[in-house]
Amino acid sequence: MDKRNEPEAAAGERPKPLPRGYFEGESMTRRHAFTIAAQGIGGLAGAAIVLPAVGFAIAPIFERGKERWEAVGPLDDFVEDTYRQVVFTETQGIGDAGKTTAYVRKGSKQLGEDPREIIAVSNRCAHLGCPVRFVEAAGNFICPCHGGVYDFVGKVIGGPPVRPLDRFQTRIRNGQVELGPRYSVTSQLEPVRARDPGEFTGGIWEYLYPPRPSTFPPPSG
Amino acid sequence: MKLDSLIPAPLRKPAKPGEGNGSKNAAPADLKTSPPERPSDTERLTDKAKDAPADVLAWVDQRTAASGFLTGMLYRKVPKGTNWFYTLGSAALFAFIVQAVTGVFLAMFYTPSPTEAYASISHINNDVFLGQFVHGMHKWGSSLMVILIFLHMGRTFFFGAYKYPRELNWVIGVVLLILTMTMAFTGYLLPFDQRSFWASVVGININGTGPVVGPYLSDFLRAGPELGATTLSRFYAIHMLLLPGAIIALIGAHLYLVVKLGTTAPPWVRAEKPKIAAPVSQLDAGAEGNGAPPPR
Repeated sequence: MDKRNEPEAAAGERPKPLPRGYFEGESMTRRHAFTIAAQGIGGLAGAAIVLPAVGFAIAPIFERGKERWEAVGPLDDFVEDTYRQVVFTETQGIGDAGKTTAYVRKGSKQLGEDPREIIAVSNRCAHLGCPVRFVEAAGNFICPCHGGVYDFVGKVIGGPPVRPLDRFQTRIRNGQVELGPRYSVTSQLEPVRARDPGEFTGGIWEYLYPPRPSTFPPPSG
Repeated sequence: MKLDSLIPAPLRKPAKPGEGNGSKNAAPADLKTSPPERPSDTERLTDKAKDAPADVLAWVDQRTAASGFLTGMLYRKVPKGTNWFYTLGSAALFAFIVQAVTGVFLAMFYTPSPTEAYASISHINNDVFLGQFVHGMHKWGSSLMVILIFLHMGRTFFFGAYKYPRELNWVIGVVLLILTMTMAFTGYLLPFDQRSFWASVVGININGTGPVVGPYLSDFLRAGPELGATTLSRFYAIHMLLLPGAIIALIGAHLYLVVKLGTTAPPWVRAEKPKIAAPVSQLDAGAEGNGAPPPR
């Protein structure tokens, strides 16, 4: 039975002609079915191109490099009441741009530290990443960019930095002091995973600035 | 060779009186006693050469119908009061074109490798003919482009040109401003000197201060936890492939809307009074416009 003859069509109103190729009982027209199929296949083809490309671009977020340790000098070179500046390679393959500076000393009994440990403070300012300098006369770290000042152990005592200076893991192998992966510290100098400058550490900030998969776990001690 | 046969009939130049192939004009009474004067080969070739540009344009136009579009765009009506401030958008577009052209030529000499980038820029500045000039145009032109965009934005704001129906064009313009700033940011690292390096370190770290997503955004920009071997090529690809494509596409949409919607008159130009206007007292709405009967 043809729909045109159904009584729903009001008198005097021309019934809408049925689409071409329509047959009784079909739930959608062929045109509609083909439209959906073409769009679906097109979407699949697009996803097959876009998804791998996006994954390729964001993959470095989830990759962690190989752990590197570099010897920076014999143990006897370092003392406990002042820092010695060392330069070592943090990122390989880009020449001098991959080098970074650390200030290294032995643990100090006066400051309540273990005299057997080696402390290596990064020169990366915790404000926005400029290179800080240890000023011997003042016993402070001072940042040239925006005036951040840190005390002898790297805690903020002035300016805009949001947390103490980062540190590097240290170990002694064959009488040589070796520096390893970077880690950040809270305001109480508790080690946490490395954060970028400008990011707070400790408390709720550990969730607002989540640790990145590309960084190394902090030293357990 | 009959060039006429290449030109479609409707676009052929009509024959001048006394010339032509004789099909429509009356032929001389006796062709044998007074043959038509034939133009010399030189004359014919000169005429053809003179017509050539028009003929080529006509050939293209008949296949693209571009002249209708171009006429509509270039001869569109502009409101009274249009002034020099209305050229700031074109100026910003010109600044972008300068950036695109000089950028293409800089790319011919630039090496996006951390160990060679600085040397290649030094080579451009010191050795390549006019290299410092082209590099300077690109470097200073980027500041000029940002300044022109802000002036253009100010014009749009103070003339009220962002209002209905042009809100979407304002939104596109704001996206273009953000893309331009991103261009300036990614371009700053490319010379890879001390200033570039530390400015990019600071810039990436400012990105990182955004809560929750910030640290991942920094890692995305650096392609890792530290500014490394692929950071420079990543910035280079974003700077010269990704963003220019997006900017060109959005400029196209921006201009389309400008042509489609037209420009606004400056706010100090009053609309002309309608030629036929009933006195206010005779209007149905009444003098107050609130539907009350007019006062008597």
